[in-house]
Amino acid sequence: MGDLKKDFILEMKDITKEFPGVKALDRVTFEVQRGEIHCLVGENGAGKSTLMKVLSGVYPYGSYDGDIVLNGETQEFRHISDSEKRGIAIIYQELALFPELPVYENIFVGHEIISGRIIDWNETKVRAAEVLKRVGLKVDPATKIKDLGVGQRQLVEIAKALSKEVDLLILDEPTAALNEEDSENLLNLLRELKAQGVTCILISHKLKEIVAIADTITVLRDGTVVTSLNAKERKIGEQEIIKYMVGREIDNIYPKRDVTLGDVAFELKNWTVTDRTSGREILHNVNLNVRKGEVVGLAGLMGAGRTELALSLFGNVPGYDIGAGEMYLNGKRMEFKHPADAIKNGIAYVTEDRKANGLVLIQDVKFNITMPALQKLVHNLVVNENEEITVANEYRESFDIRTPSVQTVTGTLSGGNQQKTSLAKWLFAEPSLLILDEPTRGIDVGAKFEIYTLINRLVAQGISIIMISSELLEVLGMSDRIYIMSEGTITGEIDGQDATEEIVMAMATKTVEEAV
Amino acid sequence: MKTEKVMDSRHKKEGLATEVVSLLVNNIRDYAMYIALAVIFLIFTVSTKGLFLSSRNLINLVNQTGYVAVLAIGMTLILIIKHIDLSIGFVAGFLGAVAAILLMNGWNVWLVIPTVLVCGILVGVYQGFLVTKIKVPAFVTTLAGMFMFRGLLSMVTAGTGTIIVRDRTFLQLSNGYIPDLPWGASLDFHLLTMVIGVFLVFAMIYSQIRSRQSLKRYDFKTSSMMIFVIKQVSLSILIMVISWIMASYRGIPWTAVIVTVVLLIYNFVLTKTRFGRHVYAIGGNAEAAELSGIKVNRVTFLVFASMGLMAALAGMLYTSRLASATPTAGLGFELDAIASSYIGGVSVGGGVGRVTNTIIGALVIMSLTNGMNLLGVDISFQYVVKGAIFILAVAFDVTTRNRAKA
Repeated sequence: MGDLKKDFILEMKDITKEFPGVKALDRVTFEVQRGEIHCLVGENGAGKSTLMKVLSGVYPYGSYDGDIVLNGETQEFRHISDSEKRGIAIIYQELALFPELPVYENIFVGHEIISGRIIDWNETKVRAAEVLKRVGLKVDPATKIKDLGVGQRQLVEIAKALSKEVDLLILDEPTAALNEEDSENLLNLLRELKAQGVTCILISHKLKEIVAIADTITVLRDGTVVTSLNAKERKIGEQEIIKYMVGREIDNIYPKRDVTLGDVAFELKNWTVTDRTSGREILHNVNLNVRKGEVVGLAGLMGAGRTELALSLFGNVPGYDIGAGEMYLNGKRMEFKHPADAIKNGIAYVTEDRKANGLVLIQDVKFNITMPALQKLVHNLVVNENEEITVANEYRESFDIRTPSVQTVTGTLSGGNQQKTSLAKWLFAEPSLLILDEPTRGIDVGAKFEIYTLINRLVAQGISIIMISSELLEVLGMSDRIYIMSEGTITGEIDGQDATEEIVMAMATKTVEEAV
Repeated sequence: MKTEKVMDSRHKKEGLATEVVSLLVNNIRDYAMYIALAVIFLIFTVSTKGLFLSSRNLINLVNQTGYVAVLAIGMTLILIIKHIDLSIGFVAGFLGAVAAILLMNGWNVWLVIPTVLVCGILVGVYQGFLVTKIKVPAFVTTLAGMFMFRGLLSMVTAGTGTIIVRDRTFLQLSNGYIPDLPWGASLDFHLLTMVIGVFLVFAMIYSQIRSRQSLKRYDFKTSSMMIFVIKQVSLSILIMVISWIMASYRGIPWTAVIVTVVLLIYNFVLTKTRFGRHVYAIGGNAEAAELSGIKVNRVTFLVFASMGLMAALAGMLYTSRLASATPTAGLGFELDAIASSYIGGVSVGGGVGRVTNTIIGALVIMSLTNGMNLLGVDISFQYVVKGAIFILAVAFDVTTRNRAKA
């Protein structure tokens, strides 16, 4: 590096962290300069989250080897509160907010403003308003978290961190759940915080953002640091980062496919769904069709009603009423009362949130893979467990699910491998229509490429796919045809080859009045 | 979900010692429970100068455990799917009284038993309906049930007080023994019991060899021959010792037969069938289960119905045991059943648990009751001891599970 003595706010030296059977981090040295935005990238399971957990004290001092030096002093964090006291704040992928509490209470939870022996609510509200202004969130501090959007919640998390006089802010996939506009706002906020002297460590899979914002980029692979790139000296390209992450070059992340489309396999006509309690219309007059072997992208902003659409046609309608409309599968009119009916008729839905409602994490991989179509393994009432292991192993191999065994608890796998497990589970059910809801959220480039390749393999077999995604480039890169949704209705339909980011965004931000 | 963790890596040679250690480490939760049971047996045997281990007392223990074991088996399913049933104590008490009243009114015993069992299912259907359709939390539904069935029990016994049961067949349920073979009359032990014991040993070894061969056929790893043989020999000895204890008294009690049949059915359903898988899936993640096409409401409904059925059976076993229905029958049964399940390794977070282990849990709880009764320990103090053992078991369970996660 340069001759100039650098001012490091944080130096992590020779960090090694082992779990039974795995070396998650192997002599990792990670240095962060004061006032920079330092991006940490790597495939899932590369050790990014583990490194941050070591730093924050989630893995206490003594459970790892190596030194953490903060502002020149060696630290021994035994608990997350120790690192917080030293000005480190972490914002995790899964937000840690209380949905039923107001914004101001969430911001100061854990470090309440005390006067005398009781909480000073007035001071809390004033200080909350100040810090909300700083992050640029224009909501009433008394709003409950559950009434905020995902992007706004993220800002509340950052406000919470700032309220603790933070020097070093760590964000783990902050934009994973955000649409483009909110993501852009968040990045601008980070630039502003940097100007105010806050140092940021940003973990992200969205390379476009990283290229746009990073001062330094550190790439982890298999628990070791591959390289640390200075992005201020020269412009770093996405391809270069990908090369370091996967250890090989991926020319085109969206693999080509050559599939002849068949007849219309699935069709929705005037599909209208209302919320049972409020009587509000969630989906309005949706018309959509998918041909055999086709990948249909469903683009739109967060809250456009895409997941609700998927759930309503999959037969799971908690609190929704299907008001009007018809569904046709291979020309036959269908009505599903329960997901079981949909599955029986060859529809599969890979959920947006694999942890919350996709997988049974405490059960092993084979249990999850065989769950939707267990009857295939039943002979005379009995589930053939040996057959089950054999089947699960086949999927493990063909999907390249990296796990010690199919009898490994699913919760211990990395995000990408969990996602492959939830895909495998649905293919075991032999669907003819596969609905993928954010199939690559929170997984790394290498795993994304594998999933895209898999999608191509499936359509080649004649499966039709509806892919819901908030990542525009993914929708553009993968879809034969794209429907764009906004406010519960389809605002546009466009051929995949003609689509550009601008056209899709324009349609996604249309209001209902404009569309009609 | 299995006693032996079957790894799908191809078998490789490892030393006997390492294999034993890995068996112990992988199944520490199960072994701890067996050790606890053995320690309890040892302590009571010493402190009662051997009285606890006498054939007579052990048979007594089996008969005492019967109704709790049956309730605990039903409760295990309820707890796995993350619900609870507080009403079953008084449901059992009430249905036991219904049986006594029907018998008193001259009903035939073979009509009474199915009638009461159907009543039990109806109670479960009612509570299952509230939980799944109306969406009242199980805690509240069954707490209300606890009030109501306590009241109903008082009402039906109000006129008569304790209702005496005289039907001999019905009394056999919890006080009788299986008949002996005609050739056994001249022997000083129960011949049929020993014959059944020998039969069980052969059946067990046969099924173990078959499942081992099946594993081999799929080329999965099996335990080493040595461990396999040791396991079979020690289990065979255990079965023969238990058979001998029973044979040298009056043979196998009907209660043991009933509990065994119930246990085998539930164990089969939970571990081998699709329904069992669905129960575990719902306990692990109900939303994921629903979206995988599992009808969560229907399974939950059936689990509550089965709980009602078990409550009815337990109520009759208890009535038969006391030869009467009393206004306080069923008090605290639900607590014994819940404690048995948790001691037997049902996870407090749901999704994990086995009925075979629940039976051990029930034996732990009832050995404590039985042993302390023999020692003349005050009933109030007995509650303190049982509570302490209960919380120790769950605390141990939670820590071992957390360690497994880290």
